[in-house]
Amino acid sequence: MAMHQEELVDFDVALEKYDPVLGFEVHVELNTKTKMFSSAPNVFGDTPNTNVTPVCLGLPGVLPVVNKTAVEYAIMIGLALNCKIAERCGFARKNYFYPDTPKNFQTSQYDDPVAYDGWIDIELSDGEVFRVEIERAHMEEDAGKLTHMGGATGRIQGADYSLVDYNRSGVPLVEIVTKTIEGAGKRAPELAKAYVAAIREIVKALDVSDAKMERGNVRCDANVSLMLKGAEKFGTRTETKNVNSLRAVDHAVRFEIERHAAVLNSGAAIVQETRHWHEDTRTTTSGRPKSDADDYRYFPEPDLVPIITTPEWIEELRARLPEPPAERRKRLQAAWGYSDAEFRDVVNAGVTEQIEETIAAGTTAAVARKWWMGEIARLANNADKDVADLGVTPATIVELNSLIGAKKINDKIARQVLEFVVAGEGTPSEIVEKRSLAVVNDDAALGAAIDAAMEAMPDVVAKVKGGKLQAIGALMGPVMKATRGQADAGRVRELVLEKLGIEG
Amino acid sequence: MSAISREDVAHLAQLAHIEMSDAELEKMTGELGVIVESIASVSEAASADVPATSHPIALTNVFREDVVGTTLTAEEALMNAPDSVDTRFRVPAILDGE
Repeated sequence: MAMHQEELVDFDVALEKYDPVLGFEVHVELNTKTKMFSSAPNVFGDTPNTNVTPVCLGLPGVLPVVNKTAVEYAIMIGLALNCKIAERCGFARKNYFYPDTPKNFQTSQYDDPVAYDGWIDIELSDGEVFRVEIERAHMEEDAGKLTHMGGATGRIQGADYSLVDYNRSGVPLVEIVTKTIEGAGKRAPELAKAYVAAIREIVKALDVSDAKMERGNVRCDANVSLMLKGAEKFGTRTETKNVNSLRAVDHAVRFEIERHAAVLNSGAAIVQETRHWHEDTRTTTSGRPKSDADDYRYFPEPDLVPIITTPEWIEELRARLPEPPAERRKRLQAAWGYSDAEFRDVVNAGVTEQIEETIAAGTTAAVARKWWMGEIARLANNADKDVADLGVTPATIVELNSLIGAKKINDKIARQVLEFVVAGEGTPSEIVEKRSLAVVNDDAALGAAIDAAMEAMPDVVAKVKGGKLQAIGALMGPVMKATRGQADAGRVRELVLEKLGIEG
Repeated sequence: MSAISREDVAHLAQLAHIEMSDAELEKMTGELGVIVESIASVSEAASADVPATSHPIALTNVFREDVVGTTLTAEEALMNAPDSVDTRFRVPAILDGE
């Protein structure tokens, strides 16, 4: 398959002519102790094929049994998304042949999802609240993990063979499907990112998922189509798979809008197909053409009986929900004293939890915001990563801040230390130690540097003696030079005044 | 008239990854047609207010507590695998000729 450069139309130009229509399928891996239909452990990162039972391998004669906690988590997700909960629902077999699914079907839900008809409100950076309607949230199981070997790219194309690990096979998933989303216009990429961030925030707050996108705990398939402004009929959509970071969701939606516009402008038709997202090139490539849904030949899973939910059970689960996101945000904003704009930026940057944890660990709200929205955001941007994937934790910030508070380092050096943290050199204290970055504030070392500076600049000393205290600044340069930038400026000033017998 | 065509059977065979000869397709079209018609007569007997069922016994809410049980070892898991590498199953190239 030859790779070719896709024709694109500039984003703003595309949106003068077309309206984008979006739709999302977000898969959330639950953090239950065991799998959906077997008692195998649900653990990430273990030796391949050690967390498996005969059920996970689809061996003949095995019978699945539903994990009650997984059902409860699915209902809680439904409730948090303002969904109706089905009084009765069941499982179905979705039939397809692929080595990641050893039974040749995925156990899923078809026409009777556990939750349906919900909504969530997303606040965009222009302050508008955009309501995304939820079509359904249903339970299913994850597939095994394939690793494609041979070939140049590690992709399935050109691979010589593939290796399969079934540890993930049967991990409980909840798939959240939106209704079609119209009216986002230019804000479509932003809305896409903010929607996935909101789902992540909800499942994390519910504590039903580890919600780490880099581990695939939350995965997004993004549907995009364009229609001419004023048109009544939706255009043909494409479904971009494998969009596994918040930034990528934004980029993938933007790319597909630009690509669709070019295809439509040329007079050609969009092919309804799956597209694969490539983080390295920030492009999508054609996957397989969409076959009609009948090809999965869904039918009721005869080995599992229906689930009946009673109002009592649902209310018991509703009582376990954390405070709703909107109320939580209101409470946090009031507690932290951020302005509306400051707080919205924090939410849309997806660092609410990090700031909350940083404050809980002992910094002020202002300090937490300064770091997460300032230097850390800058580093993430430079590295082209989500803030969450940078390797900086609330503990890092607390440690940096206490090093500053103890006058071991100053702000400037703290920013350098943070870069070394991101580069994986260790904790801030380890880095300060290893790289000898501690500020020099021991008076003997500083004293020698100050004496030398004063001797070299008698005119400056005379000015200071004459009452021009701001002239001390001129001594700072040589002192900093002598201490490789690590002198504590405040202490230098105090020592100079002391030496000259002047009251600070 | 049969409710199922030869094309339907060929399509299903392809989806199910089953290779069928012309003679087999012919035979299956007849046999599946009889089955589909039989099921259709059940549908006629059931009125609209009878919900579809896939279970003869009216059991609901059969659950398991979320407690880890015994697992296979990787060695046991791979015991019947035609091919493996370390502790993973090895399967032939999934896409051919691409």
